[in-house]
Order: sequence, then structure tokens, then C-alpha cells
Amino acid sequence: MAVFREYNSGGKDRSAGDRRRHRQLVEKAIKKNLHEIVAEESIIGQSKEKKIKIPIRGLKEYQFIYGRNHGGVGTGTGKEKRGDIIAKDLISRGQGQGGAGTEEGEEIYETEITIEDLVNYIFDDLNLPYMERKKLSQVETVVSQKRLGYRTKGIPPRLAKKRSVMEKIKRRQSRRRADPEFTKDERFPFHEEDLRYRHIREEKRRQTNAVVFCIMDTSGSMDHTKKYLARSFYFLLYQYLRLKYTEVEVVFVAHTTTAREVREEEFFHRVESGGTFISSGYRKALEIIEERFNPAVWNIYAFHTSDGDNWSEDNELALAAVKELCEVCNLFGYGEIDPDGFHITSPISRLFQDTLAEKNFAMVKITDKEDLFPAMKKLLTLEERLEE
Amino acid sequence: MSGYTLAELAAWGERIEELAREEGLNFYTQEFELCDFEDMLCYQAYTGMPSHYPHWSFGKAYDRLKTLYKYNISGLPYEMVINANPCIAYLMKENSLLLQILTMAHVYGHNDFFRNNRLFTAGTRAELTVETFKNHARRVREYAGDPSIGYERVEQLLNAAHALRYQINRVVGEDRLSYEEYYRRKYRSEQEKIPEHPLLEEARAPGDTAGTAGVKRRIPPQPEEEILWFITEYGDLEEWEKDIINIVREETAYFLPQIETKIMNEGWASFWHYALLSRLDLPETLRWEFYKYHNQVIRPNPGGLNPYHIGFVIFNYLHEKEGKKKIFEAREVEKDESFLRRYLNLEICKELELFEYMKKRDEYIVKEIADEEGWKSIRNQLVKNTGLGAIPVIRIVEYRPLDHHLLLEHEYDGRDLEMNYATETLRYCAGLWKGKVTLKTSFNKEERIIHCDEKSNLSILL
Repeated sequence: MAVFREYNSGGKDRSAGDRRRHRQLVEKAIKKNLHEIVAEESIIGQSKEKKIKIPIRGLKEYQFIYGRNHGGVGTGTGKEKRGDIIAKDLISRGQGQGGAGTEEGEEIYETEITIEDLVNYIFDDLNLPYMERKKLSQVETVVSQKRLGYRTKGIPPRLAKKRSVMEKIKRRQSRRRADPEFTKDERFPFHEEDLRYRHIREEKRRQTNAVVFCIMDTSGSMDHTKKYLARSFYFLLYQYLRLKYTEVEVVFVAHTTTAREVREEEFFHRVESGGTFISSGYRKALEIIEERFNPAVWNIYAFHTSDGDNWSEDNELALAAVKELCEVCNLFGYGEIDPDGFHITSPISRLFQDTLAEKNFAMVKITDKEDLFPAMKKLLTLEERLEE
Repeated sequence: MSGYTLAELAAWGERIEELAREEGLNFYTQEFELCDFEDMLCYQAYTGMPSHYPHWSFGKAYDRLKTLYKYNISGLPYEMVINANPCIAYLMKENSLLLQILTMAHVYGHNDFFRNNRLFTAGTRAELTVETFKNHARRVREYAGDPSIGYERVEQLLNAAHALRYQINRVVGEDRLSYEEYYRRKYRSEQEKIPEHPLLEEARAPGDTAGTAGVKRRIPPQPEEEILWFITEYGDLEEWEKDIINIVREETAYFLPQIETKIMNEGWASFWHYALLSRLDLPETLRWEFYKYHNQVIRPNPGGLNPYHIGFVIFNYLHEKEGKKKIFEAREVEKDESFLRRYLNLEICKELELFEYMKKRDEYIVKEIADEEGWKSIRNQLVKNTGLGAIPVIRIVEYRPLDHHLLLEHEYDGRDLEMNYATETLRYCAGLWKGKVTLKTSFNKEERIIHCDEKSNLSILL
């Protein structure tokens, strides 16, 4: 006779551990593909909660299996005729001779992650030390102090001396009234209960709005790798500024020999041919500031990335424009992207370096992703110094 | 459970068991466990076992199943039954009464199959199943928890062992001979060929009790299918590593009969759930539900193959033509490959509306249809891709101890290996072997040599 019993898992979820491990491995795979994500997705001007879908390859369980070149047997309708085409195999097209095989059994996971997760991954990827990260998130609040009277408890630095002495005098007077034998010369020390401390409330005041100008050279010489670096650079700066300001607007300016304001997707995907006038980008930014962002109300940040190839007749013009920008911006950063480490110093950056004395001008050089964080740090420390 | 009680379920179960016995089914004691949807997913992810060693692939399986279910791409299986004595089957509480009845009847079919089919009786020990898996789980957990080993190393080892797990001896239940023993036997048989004659006495090696002198030794003496076994014997592995690999090998051996009898097993169970439910005197409403679900279970899968469908049709045909004794005999001695080769005929091919396709450039085209000329080709193609036939045969042909180099050869039959998978699997193999591994195969009928060194660097020679 069969046994019937009810299973009671006791609330234990036996697959939890393996699922967690699987997700960990998925995360690892995501981190490996960070380059692609940052380079491909529209992520800069998005809210923290925005979810992006990213395909992850990997986590396959490899075994020796057959590819798709062979035949097989299927169930039909009984109406098939010899020679009928039943399916097309699109994947195998373009299959190389080298044996990079077909995509049999390819399992692409789509995982949704939020921008915030992505920022964390990137900070992880950059090996941003934990302390640093904490500091960044604290930048969010700008502290002002408001006095709110006195209290009997507090820390020594906040001891209100005058007030404490007054309390002691009060106590002494009442003692004298109550106790006729008490003489004037008798020693009368402070008591714990005399002490008064200033009560202070720290007030968080958010800074006002900020606008970031992302100016990028989109001429033909800026290839995919360079754009990836530029994009990561903007992304990190944008994230940083968002921690600091309530509202951050982003303006994208793309330039070759002329400049245009563009949308984010365009910004990173436009490939243009032609030469480079860096000054055109700066002029465009100045124009936009003039029109829409009054420096008295807005905190303006402008960052320019370029591979340093500028037509030499433009160098002086660019220099003049940078000076103007520095006057209206909180910070102006010039990032030179040079993934090949080819240039030692480009003419334009040498010019900037030698002639620009503006305190709020910073120049960084990025040759690969390891440089992103130091570059950002350099800009941020400058920013902090300027505030002090 | 909606609309019925456990007692009611047990009463139906009792009637089904009675009928099954009457029909001549011979099964292990049956245990039904009622569980909910989440538990069912878990059982499914962990191959049905109440306990199993941990590995991320099971977490992945769980998530995948859940996603598929969530998007309604696949329903949950009505049945989940494991080859054990007593036989354990799970019934999902969310199912309707009829589905439970159908499932129970189906389960008795599997139970009988487990107990009687040659592959199961020769290749598995049902009374030890649950304990064995539990024991495996405990051992793997112990290694993972051992500070000198740790989770990650265990995981990496399992990754590699899983990659090679199906490169095994294809004969179910055959005892493994050590090469030592192989040579001893070979020597003996050669000795026996030498006629008994005093003058020839010298031809025998005197005093060689080990009995292997004079036989030229090669490792492996013949192409070796069991890659994992070979690595545990001739590789450079620690004891715990060998133990884990053996665990994986044992589990694969346990599932081998199921891989080799998928069509028969499901066909047999479907045949019996249909037969038993037909005799149950179901009330009208349940009867309609029964036909509905039965048709769902054995529904043809357009363009593909539904093992329930094929097995059910063949067993039905056999039962009609050759009687009950014949089907019981078939379920005892056959596996899918021999079953199809022996019993699939033109009539059944037609009924199943099978066709054979082939690939021509980017297109799959119909090659043969179920008619007088075509059906044999269809049958052969089906047999070729059935069970272990769907897994490439890759064997160790040579071991070069001098540079610790392993040579594998793919027995090419026109089916190309999936190259990305092959190269990654080769990496696992080289990692486990801790040395060079070379695989000889063909791609588009041209020979390919893929070489992987101990540092996981690949090179492909055309």
C-alpha cells in the first residue's frame, strides 16, 4: 500500500544558497562586461532607479555537444514533401573557417540592474577604496550650525562657560540665603549640575542646481575605445555631482570643426569625419551658458574630452575660450584620452598647461580605465580645494 | 489542495495500485509526497533528490524554471518521480484531483519500469538511491567547509567534472577493469592459444605469476571513453578531488539508464496511466478532464519530438498487434535505441507523421518522409540521435607520460562539435588533468586539431 505524506520544508529554502552563488557569478559576468555596458547604454542622464537590461553571456555549462550542422527527425503534419524548406538557420551565417562555432545552446540572460547598482559596480571596478566612497556620499550634505539654547548635557567643546558660571552664582546665592553660616570666603566649587552646554543643530542645506557640460570631440579620430573612456569619465563625474546637488542638468556638446548641442545617444554614437576645432565646442558651451544658465544661479561644470588632435590654427582661439569658460564655471576640466599612450603631450594640452593659471582649471590624462579614478580624484580634490 | 482531502487522494491511490497489480505491473513500494509549487521547483532543479550537493548550476536551473513558469512558457511537470526503493514521487498540492489521479497512475508505470528494465536493474541500486545522494551531499559539503579546501576549489572542481560527466562508458552496468587486470586477462588468453606441448613450454614465461610479461603495454590499451576515470587514475589529483569526481561519476551512472530509456519510460508510463484511468470508472466531469490532460501529455511536438507521444504510440501499437506479453518483454530488455530499431516501422512512422530533415547551407530541408522509401532512413536517424547518441563520443587515444600530454579523439560521424563548447570543455579538461590536452576532431569534414596547454591557452590547427 502506498504511503502518502505531506512535505514540510519547515520554511527552509534549499535552493537559496545555490541561487545566491549563481547570482554572484552573474554579477561577476556583469562586471566583466562593464565596458560594453557603459559604452553602449544611455546611462548618464538617468535617474538612479532606472533599470537597464543587459545581456550576459557566460555561466554556460560547457560540455562536448553537437553543433547544428547535422540533420534529425521531427514530427510533422504528414503533408511534408521532400525538399521542403522548414527552417532557416541565421546564426550559422558568417561562421568563420577558424572554427569559432555556432551559437548552439547559447543562453543569454537578461538581467535588469539599476543605475545605482551599476555605479556600485563601477566604483568596485575602479577599486575605489571604501573610505573614499563614504566620503563621496557624505558630500551630499553641506552642514550649517544653528544654535538652539543650552542644555545640561553635552560634549566639552560645546561647554558654555559664561552660562555655567551664571548657574554656579545662582546656586551660591541660594545657598547663602538658606544657610546663614555660609561665609563669603568659603570655597564654592563648580558642580556637575552647573555646567551648561550649547545646543546646536546641524542643518543640512543642499546646494543649488548644477549643470554639467559634456563637451566631446566627435571627429573621426575618436574611436570606440576612446569614446568608452570618455563616457565612463562623464558618467563618474555626473554621478559624483549628483551626490552633491539636488538637480543636475546635463548638456552634451559634440564638436568637430563646428559644434552642436545633441542628445546623449547621439553624443556617443555619432561618428563624423573632418577636422577638429576645439574652440568651436567651447564657444558653443559659452553660448548656451549665456542663453540658459546664469552663472549667478547655476553651478556650472564643464568637462571636455578629446584625443588632443586639434588643428594648430585653432589652438590660440581655444585657449582664449577656455579662459572665458573658467570665469563662468565652478570647474573646468580637460581630459585627454589617449588609449594607445601614443602622445606624450599633445600641443594643445601643453599650451593649456603652460599658459593657464586659472585655479579652477584642471587637466587629466586618461590612457585606460585604471586612469579614470585618479583622473576623477584629481578633479574632485581640486573642487574641494576651491570650496575651502 | 482544493476540492479534495488527503484521505480521498489515498483512496484513489489505493484503487490505482490495485488495478496496476491486477494488470501485472510489478513495482517497488510507492511513496507520494505532497508538496507545494516552490518545493516542486526545488525538486526539479535538484534532479528530484531530497538532498543533493550544492552547485550554482542548480541555482541557475531553479531560476530558469521559475522564469519559464512565470512567463507561462512551460507549465510545471505534473509528475516527478525518482528511481528509488521505496519509489518516491511528488504530487503538487496546487493540482486538481484529476491531475493527481493521472499522475499517480503514471507514476506506477515509471515505478514498474524502474524495477524491471534491464538498464535499471543492472546499472542502479534503487534501495540505496536516497542514501547515496545524501552521502554525496554530505561529503561535498564537508570538503567545501574544510578550511584547507574551501568552497571555491570544490566549485571549480565540480565545474570541470560536470563538463566531462557524460564522457563515460556507454555500456550500462559493465564493471570497470583496471588496465592491470586488462593486461592480465589478455596475457592469459594469449597463453591459452599456445598449445599444450612440452617443447613449447618455454614459450610461456616461467615464474611470471603476475602474468603480464611479454604483452606490450600501452596506456590506455584501447581508446578510453571514461575521461574522468582516467584522470583520477593517471592525473595528479588529491584524494578529495578524486572523491568528488567519483561522486559526479556515480551520479551520472545513476542517471544513465534514464537518459537511455526516455522514450520507453515515458511511453510505458503514459500507456499505463491511460489504461488504468480507463478502468477507473471516473465520474463524467473527471473523465473529460482526463482526456484533456492525456491529450496534452502525448501531444505531438511540431518540428520536434515528444518522447511521451512516440513511446505511447509504439507501446499501443505493440499491444494491439502482439499482445500484453510482448510489451512487458520489451519494457524489460530494451533501451530506446534498440526499442526504436526493433519496433519502429512504416505504419508507426506514418502515424507519428515523422520526417527527416537535413541541413543544406543555411536551411533545414525535408530529406525523407514516412513512406516506403523514406521510413528506414528516418528510423536510423532517430536511433542515431537517441539517448547517449546525442552526446559526442570522445575518447582518450594516447597518454604521453613524458610531457604529461593527453590525446583525445572525437569519433566523427558527420556531426560537428559545437566549437565554442568544445574549446571551453577542453579547457576544463586540461585544468583537471593539469597538463596538455589535444583533441582531434573534424569540422565541415575537415580535420581539426585543438590544443589546450596547462595554462588554458588554446590553439587550433587547421
